Amino acid sequence: MRGATHARWAACAMAVALAATACGGGDGGSGDAGAVLSASWGDPQNPLEPANTNEVQGGKVLDMIFRGLKRYHPETGEAQDMLAEKIETSDSQNFTITVKDGWTFSNGEKVTAQSFVDAWNYGASLRNNQRNSYFFGYIQGYDEVHPEEGEQTADTLSGLKVTGERTFTVALTQKFSTFPDTLGYNAFAPLPRAFFDDHDAWVKKPVGNGPYLVDSYTRGSQMSLRTWDDYPGPDKAQNGGVDLKVYTDNNTAYTDLLAGNLDLVDDVPAAQLRNVRDDLGDRYLNTPAGIIQTLAFPFYDEDWNKAGSEKVRTGLSMAIDRKQITDTIFQKTRTPATDWTSPVLGEDGGFQDGLCGKACEYDPDGAKKLIEEGGGLPGGKVTITFNADTGSHREWVNAVCNSINNALDNERACTANPVGTFADFRNEITDRKMPGPFRAGWQMDYPLIQNFLQPLYYTDASSNDGKWSNQEFDDLVDRANQETDTAKAIGLFQQAEEVVRDNMAAIPLWYQNGSAGWSERLSDVKLNPFSVPVYDQIKVS
Amino acid sequence: MPDHHYEPERAIAGTGMGGTMDLGVDEAETLEKRPEGPDGTGPQERPRSLWSDAWRDLRRNPVFIVSALIILFLVFISLWPSAIASGSPLACDLSKAQQGSRSGHPFGFDGQGCDVYTRTVYGARTSVAVGVLATLGVAVLGSVLGALAGFFGGFWDSVLSRITDVFFAIPVVLGGLVLLSVITSNTIWPVIGFIVLLGWPQISRIARGAVITAKQNDYVQAARALGASNSRLVLRHIAPNAVAPVIVVATIALGTYIALEATLSYLGVGLKPPSVSWGIDISAASPYIRNAPHALLWPSGALAITVLAFIMLGDAVRDALDPKLR
Amino acid sequence: MGRYVVRRLLQMIPVFVGATLLIFLMVNVMGDPIAGLCGERQCDPATAARLEREFGLDEPVWQQYLTYMGNVFTGDFGTAFNGQEVTELMSTAFPVTIRLTLIAILFEIVIGVALGVVTGLRRGRPVDTGVLLITLVVISVPTFVTGLLLQLLLGVKWGWIRPSVSSEATFDELVLPGLVLASVSLAYVTRLTRTSIAENRRSDYVRTAVAKGLPRHRVVVRHLLRNSLIPVVTFIGADIGFLMGGAIVTERIFNIHGVGYQLYQGILRQNTQTVVGFVTVLVLVFLVANLVVDLLYAVLDPRIRYA
Repeated sequence: MRGATHARWAACAMAVALAATACGGGDGGSGDAGAVLSASWGDPQNPLEPANTNEVQGGKVLDMIFRGLKRYHPETGEAQDMLAEKIETSDSQNFTITVKDGWTFSNGEKVTAQSFVDAWNYGASLRNNQRNSYFFGYIQGYDEVHPEEGEQTADTLSGLKVTGERTFTVALTQKFSTFPDTLGYNAFAPLPRAFFDDHDAWVKKPVGNGPYLVDSYTRGSQMSLRTWDDYPGPDKAQNGGVDLKVYTDNNTAYTDLLAGNLDLVDDVPAAQLRNVRDDLGDRYLNTPAGIIQTLAFPFYDEDWNKAGSEKVRTGLSMAIDRKQITDTIFQKTRTPATDWTSPVLGEDGGFQDGLCGKACEYDPDGAKKLIEEGGGLPGGKVTITFNADTGSHREWVNAVCNSINNALDNERACTANPVGTFADFRNEITDRKMPGPFRAGWQMDYPLIQNFLQPLYYTDASSNDGKWSNQEFDDLVDRANQETDTAKAIGLFQQAEEVVRDNMAAIPLWYQNGSAGWSERLSDVKLNPFSVPVYDQIKVS
Repeated sequence: MPDHHYEPERAIAGTGMGGTMDLGVDEAETLEKRPEGPDGTGPQERPRSLWSDAWRDLRRNPVFIVSALIILFLVFISLWPSAIASGSPLACDLSKAQQGSRSGHPFGFDGQGCDVYTRTVYGARTSVAVGVLATLGVAVLGSVLGALAGFFGGFWDSVLSRITDVFFAIPVVLGGLVLLSVITSNTIWPVIGFIVLLGWPQISRIARGAVITAKQNDYVQAARALGASNSRLVLRHIAPNAVAPVIVVATIALGTYIALEATLSYLGVGLKPPSVSWGIDISAASPYIRNAPHALLWPSGALAITVLAFIMLGDAVRDALDPKLR
Repeated sequence: MGRYVVRRLLQMIPVFVGATLLIFLMVNVMGDPIAGLCGERQCDPATAARLEREFGLDEPVWQQYLTYMGNVFTGDFGTAFNGQEVTELMSTAFPVTIRLTLIAILFEIVIGVALGVVTGLRRGRPVDTGVLLITLVVISVPTFVTGLLLQLLLGVKWGWIRPSVSSEATFDELVLPGLVLASVSLAYVTRLTRTSIAENRRSDYVRTAVAKGLPRHRVVVRHLLRNSLIPVVTFIGADIGFLMGGAIVTERIFNIHGVGYQLYQGILRQNTQTVVGFVTVLVLVFLVANLVVDLLYAVLDPRIRYA
């Protein structure tokens, strides 16, 4: 019995290596619209509610089972109308939204204006503990349903009004010209009545309006999604469904892909990048994603925030050989950063190649000189703090430290400082205890230059982990947000970005690409600018 | 390294103690006192003690000689690593990452372009330090608590035994993950402290059993009858005979502590840079096993040989001290 | 015997309370878990405060402990951060780990004892030396190195087995992980059996049995093995608890969604409820296993009588 099973596995592994043969399942044939693929997944951290999901693993599922007013184009990232028939405004502050006719949830309920308003009210309300509440912060009445302290005094946002079955109005607290473009984010998805009527049942098996429906969900282990045959949207799934399998370690997922037990891996571990061409040939993809890796500084610490500190920070930036690190550690799957945004924005969207200039180029002598001029490293050394539990952070932090040490001719100038868990890493940031520069990654919520700057560098913004504060920057961002002309707004944001550069508020390291590898059964695999596979377009043979 | 526990030494030492606190005497039946041991009341000529017998045995045991030589060598390079490695373990050049061996760099380079040979040599210091210091801590704390429980018996024995059980019931790797995940210090002390905290029950049980056995010997009873004080009884009469099983178990435990450090590093909660340790290097190299197996195999090999040496040493000492196997 | 069992059960209570309190304190030392729930941004203070209240983190530790233990006795192990009941997590994780442990124990008993008997009877011969050396190597190479190597060779290079375990985690998929998990204990069981057999071989009752002219296999099985197995049983009994709770490394390498995986996730996310809940059950398993071992003692060794 056991021998027989072994033989089957061996045969499968061989078959995958030699030719495209499905193993273990009964599905076969070419371009089979009913065939199901298996893909790697991580256990979502929070319950799978749209306004409660703030990491990519939960986001993957929401992207499959929900469609919002807008949807970011899988390739260009441009925000396009999905459920929105039209979004009108005359003053960039009051918007009238019309929902398209004919959309339903997979349980048959119609998607109406009420579906959106209910969902947004739920997401904003303090008592629902939604992690992404702040996305509704621009809507009038937010401070009543979600006060910073004390009990909420209202249950619904006063800025939301249903004016017809398919129309509703949104009143913001200030001008925000690009507000419609943010509506593709998961937090703005509509919710069916079933969500409110039997919340526990919904969370166990979510119901949405996207091209897939949840067939079964074993938490912490696997989620089976199947194509919704009556999906009314234009982007019907090209396959029969997706089985998302939880992996603790992306190395294991990659190993499983090689052995033919998995069809799609959407995060090829850094350690395997050298082998990926040999292992997979053309079945590997590496495309730019809206992710930038930076080093932030503790500006609450006198040592890093005194006269001349900006020279030290710039000097550190020049001591990092970005090209060598991205070439060696990441095998060119990341690109040395030359500004503080991302290439996926495009030139028109505000990306500016080379904005950082010399400050981001490796120059050991210049680095040494600048750091000396700035008064030297505080205490003669620097530690780079990161969380060691996820990602391949350890490798690159060590490499950055070695690069700094080599540039400064001092083996003990820079030390990597791993923190055991992400939660503890966040605690040290919140409690303002960072002893020196620390890892700061930013994955965009929506493809706007605003999203790369405001949450990270605006005074007291939610992700301004270094607590950097600069009046000039804040003023420029305020002006940009109120600007109705998009090109002018972007110009103002770029001016603000120059302020970030001149102060070296954070050291840009590299733009991160999304990567994916897949089995021979799959074709048409793409990653969207959020580095999430476009599951509905994958064809299974 | 056992990824689950590190106390099977009780098995090797042959002292069946697993939760059998009520069996008292049975627990430490193996290492009973030899009849001609120092009884403190004997004649003045030098008796053939357990220890001189054991030493004579060991000198002739090839296992002991080999393991002792390995350990001496390890201690030597821990104290003077630069004697056999000229470079610095912190000098790394990313352009040489993962390259194989070449002249001057016999073990090749790791993923960061550091010289594997130099790092392996320097790693010995940390590993040996962790092993030795943790074992010392465990031995001292465990013996004192175990001896107190065994000597006084009754209420205090029950209390101490229950406390021992409490610490014994916590899975070691799990405790390491929880306790060490929040430590930010980059010295070796947190790891040592953690091993002592969760390691002492193992020695404590053995010491307790050994003390109970020794306490019942005639010469102890005699000394007590003659009015010897408690402290004199323990130090002069009981300790010399109860210390043998502790030494045996501690030697073997030393090896497993070194391996435990590596496992903790693999899970991301062990030692931190700029410490140089085999555990750090093994865990850093393990994802690259396909491309640069040399970066994984050399520190793993060094670790295995070290652990092996200490276990073999403990084995040999056990054989020498255990009269039953003569 | 009955009185002995009752006394042992009573003694378990303080140990159980102590161990759970200890782990509760340890997890609390890990610090505030809320900060990790909001991704790469600061939780807004109002939501953070509400989450703290929801998970009972705003109370003093001793009160949290009392509330928690009170709930545990009613079967409520709390809720994980992703909204899942801990009991639900347990119901999926424990069957997997129990299967894995069973396989590991089976390996220990079958291979470990067999090798131990063979080497014990042939002390000093080449086969003895060979096995002894192998056990030493197995003990000294860290499990994660063994596991990764076997996974790479058997799973990827030669394609003999699945390199990872599916979510069903059937017995045949767990063979290699079980072997890796058992490897170190297996080596110890071999050495233990060997020592024990070698010691007892020279004992009087074995000599008597041989002198009586009993057949060799009868001497070995009925007399020698039965008495030599006592320390082995102790060891394996104590090992059950460690295998179940300590499979963190093995489960991580082979992507097994068992107890070790849930504990690891729980620790990374500082999820007190998950960690304490699982450890509580593990401590119980450990205590019961130890009790069973001591009772088995009496069965195997007629000289021991419990009063």
